[in-house]
Amino acid sequence: MGATAAALTISGTTVEMAVAAVAATVHCSLTINGDLHDLDLEPRVTLLDLLRERLYLTGTKKGCDHGQCGACTVLINGTRVNSCLALAVTQDGNQITTIEGLAANGNLHPMQAAFIERDGFQCGFCTSGQICSAVAMLDEWKRGMPSAVTTHGAAADFSDAEIRERMAGNICRCGAYPNIVAAVRDVHQGSGAQ
Amino acid sequence: MIPFTYVRPKDTADAVALGTREPASRFLGGGTNLVDLMKMGVEHPAHLIDVTRLPLAAIERTADGIRIGAMTRNTEVAAHPLVVGGYPLLSQALLSGASPQIRNMATTGGNLLQRTRCFYFYDPSYKECNKRVPGSGCAALNGYNRIHAILGASERCIATYPGDMAVALTALDARVIVQGAQRERTIPINTFYRLPGETPHIENDLKAGELITALETRSRPLTAARSTSRCGIAIHSHSAWCRWRQ
Repeated sequence: MGATAAALTISGTTVEMAVAAVAATVHCSLTINGDLHDLDLEPRVTLLDLLRERLYLTGTKKGCDHGQCGACTVLINGTRVNSCLALAVTQDGNQITTIEGLAANGNLHPMQAAFIERDGFQCGFCTSGQICSAVAMLDEWKRGMPSAVTTHGAAADFSDAEIRERMAGNICRCGAYPNIVAAVRDVHQGSGAQ
Repeated sequence: MIPFTYVRPKDTADAVALGTREPASRFLGGGTNLVDLMKMGVEHPAHLIDVTRLPLAAIERTADGIRIGAMTRNTEVAAHPLVVGGYPLLSQALLSGASPQIRNMATTGGNLLQRTRCFYFYDPSYKECNKRVPGSGCAALNGYNRIHAILGASERCIATYPGDMAVALTALDARVIVQGAQRERTIPINTFYRLPGETPHIENDLKAGELITALETRSRPLTAARSTSRCGIAIHSHSAWCRWRQ
């Protein structure tokens, strides 16, 4: 799509400029943390940019923006994904949960409380992604989803190796991994899901 | 990202018709590779055809094996009893690649069509890449090429195919089912991909507009068992960036 000319007036001065043509917007409805949003979106807007730049839900972080770090992890219909690689228009009709939507009735989600209790972070930039990821990960565990370290056919043990493998989509450059593992284990034990 | 139009076709025939009519279009699956390549400016389709909601997400037993719909997510395939029980190699290949978040998004059809992670292909600031711009040369030949091909390379391109799932499928003699405007075709996976040769920009046997609709494997227990170890070395860890395992 080529550039088109546009005129912009700044402080009484009109400036001719070339701007990239904008594709037609697409109407879609997303439920985000329980609230329905009817939106007209340019197709190139990622879910991450929609959350942060348009809805001002800045708890979800942009780390690498290439699906490698996990800082942007959110839940779509309960499943964890990298919101930086999901085009928002593809999520029409879906339920999105971000870090802002985990607490209920003024009480922190048990995973949030466990991260505080166990000091599962240093700078905190990866933390919202870690927590969203861990919440969905425990759900996957309960549903019997395998991982690369699960021994097929054997009764799977919720070992540190399992936690680390299943959390491998979230990087913490401060290196708070031991405390994150402890926090995840606390919530797992507290949930009686063993 | 360069602007594009977005369309959600109502059925497979509609998707194929759109893809055939608009050469500058791409089918969108989970987007984990395509959207990234669009951000990098490597891919710049004029139209995205979102095929994720087509009814191609079933995993079912066939007369002599299983059929995996192209829109099944990698997570579902890796955990499905028919795959875990009958083709553990395929499950292990999927679980050994990418992160859980990526596996939740990525589709089976999209996984097959991943593009190389060659640094020089992925970064358009390098002018030379015969895969990105045919005839422009190959920056990897005299560049950092530790991740590049030893076997099957040509003077035009030394990029490798990046997927783990296709390696397992090759060991399992799987077949790729594709739907074109005129007919459906079945392509054995060992002829689906092309070596770079003189035309590294042509990576597979798909014709314009053809959509991958399914994979099929045949029940060959000996192959399934033997290939578990045979493929082990080809499956790399997804934690290339990550320090969780240290």
